[in-house]
Amino acid sequence: MDRAAIIGVGMTKIEKRKIRQTFADMAWEAVNKALTDAGMTMDDIDNVVTTSSDFWDGRTISCMAVGDASGAAHKNISCVEGDGTYGAFYGMTRALSGSYRTTLVTGHTKGSESVSSLITNAAFDPIYERSLGMDMITACAMQARSYMHRTKTTSEQLALVSVKNHGNALKNPLAQLPLNLTVSDVLASEMVADPLHKLDCSPVSDGCAAVIIAHESVAAKFRQKPVWVRGVSFCADSFFFGDRDLSRAGSLAQAAKKAYAMAGIHDPKKEIDVAEVSDAFTYQELLWLEEMGLADDAAAGKQLERGDFNLDGPLPVNASGGLLSGHPVIAAGLYSMAAVVRQIRGDAGGFQVKKAKTGLVQGVNGLGGQSHCVWILDKDK
Amino acid sequence: MSDQFQGIEPMVYQSQINVPYSWWAGDTATRFFVTLRDEKKITATKCGDCGKVLLPPRKICPRCFTENMEWVNVSDEGTLLTFAVARRPFAAIPADKKVPVIWGLIQLDGADTALLHYLDGVRPEEVSIGMRVRAVYAEARKGTIRDISHFKPVK
Repeated sequence: MDRAAIIGVGMTKIEKRKIRQTFADMAWEAVNKALTDAGMTMDDIDNVVTTSSDFWDGRTISCMAVGDASGAAHKNISCVEGDGTYGAFYGMTRALSGSYRTTLVTGHTKGSESVSSLITNAAFDPIYERSLGMDMITACAMQARSYMHRTKTTSEQLALVSVKNHGNALKNPLAQLPLNLTVSDVLASEMVADPLHKLDCSPVSDGCAAVIIAHESVAAKFRQKPVWVRGVSFCADSFFFGDRDLSRAGSLAQAAKKAYAMAGIHDPKKEIDVAEVSDAFTYQELLWLEEMGLADDAAAGKQLERGDFNLDGPLPVNASGGLLSGHPVIAAGLYSMAAVVRQIRGDAGGFQVKKAKTGLVQGVNGLGGQSHCVWILDKDK
Repeated sequence: MSDQFQGIEPMVYQSQINVPYSWWAGDTATRFFVTLRDEKKITATKCGDCGKVLLPPRKICPRCFTENMEWVNVSDEGTLLTFAVARRPFAAIPADKKVPVIWGLIQLDGADTALLHYLDGVRPEEVSIGMRVRAVYAEARKGTIRDISHFKPVK
């Protein structure tokens, strides 16, 4: 099979409210940063994939509204609704299709312009569920309870994820919420939806990220050393909550297994050097790590306490500060991907980890992690 | 570089994306809601291939990808699989509900999947995974999921 590489990344700073930038302004900034990073001009880009959500953007065909600012005039532009990693997946397949050699992928969200609870409530089935008034936070509170019940993970262990990731963000100038916290601070923060405290939840954020994916035939033509896609997989679970075991994420386990197989990884715990995973809520980092085989089943909390996932631990997780430190929902996975790309290139700045040859990126979409996209990126082809 | 926006109020266009919308419930949900409204019975669809009883009921089995369903009655009593308690009055919570609002995922006896609904008549501190609960029907039923008022603990 032909190979693809990521050859440029660009991100806006993640902020609580970008009142001086429209969606297109954010895209313009991220796209130009990615082009500069790659040493490319828009003429070097064959096609564009934008990732957005109409409901979050308060308009229909939101993807086309950022086309101009993404340099898509007179090019083939297509769009994906879901996490940014799903847009990247589609962008990669286009770069491998033979029709294009380079794809520019963007993802954007402004959480600040709407009411998150109403937007995420609209993800529930309108006929059977929506009028009950649940939203992403209460849905994830339900999943957190289920996970904690099965694994005996404690509120203190959840809080420690928040302490670690907000602490890591102190070294990432793009992060929205760098914080020096203690476990007590997290546990003393407002209980918003049992068992989730305010500091167990990611903030409302604005931001846009862009990545450039190239076919192997042109990957080394530009400024950056290519970061190679060794494996990638995307899997979805049942839509209805009650059809799933909420304490687990079967589709993630499946996606990880397929991505490892494609990358030829036999022992992910040993072979993955650095990971950025979706930590929209503290418990998710632990649950996802277990489901991907990066932590022992029901033991991620204990391993976290041991320091395994710290910046200087054996497997640094969310060294960038993760989504707890800034969560532009649709763009989220592209920020994670860009963070891992920078780790592998050795230019992650203050949050650079010691060893970063092979990295893992996980993107999530849907209530309580209905679908997942797992990437294995590598310094070597 | 001087800030060209110095002293200028950022402009905001205030609006909303509130569009009236009618979701046709379709044959399967219609039958479920009519039975719920008129007979105070909870019904589900059973897959003729894998034998799983699906609630909420649907026309196709998501696992088998087949349309081979028969209708069955399930109990209005079941087991609580997990729950959430909203302490903050989130915008999505209906006006007639006051925090703390408790939602549960309830596996009714006879069903293989669980139903999302309210728990009420119980304090959050008294709720636990595995507890037995029973449906309380609404007085005025209109053919919606809220024809079940809530679930309450079985004493």
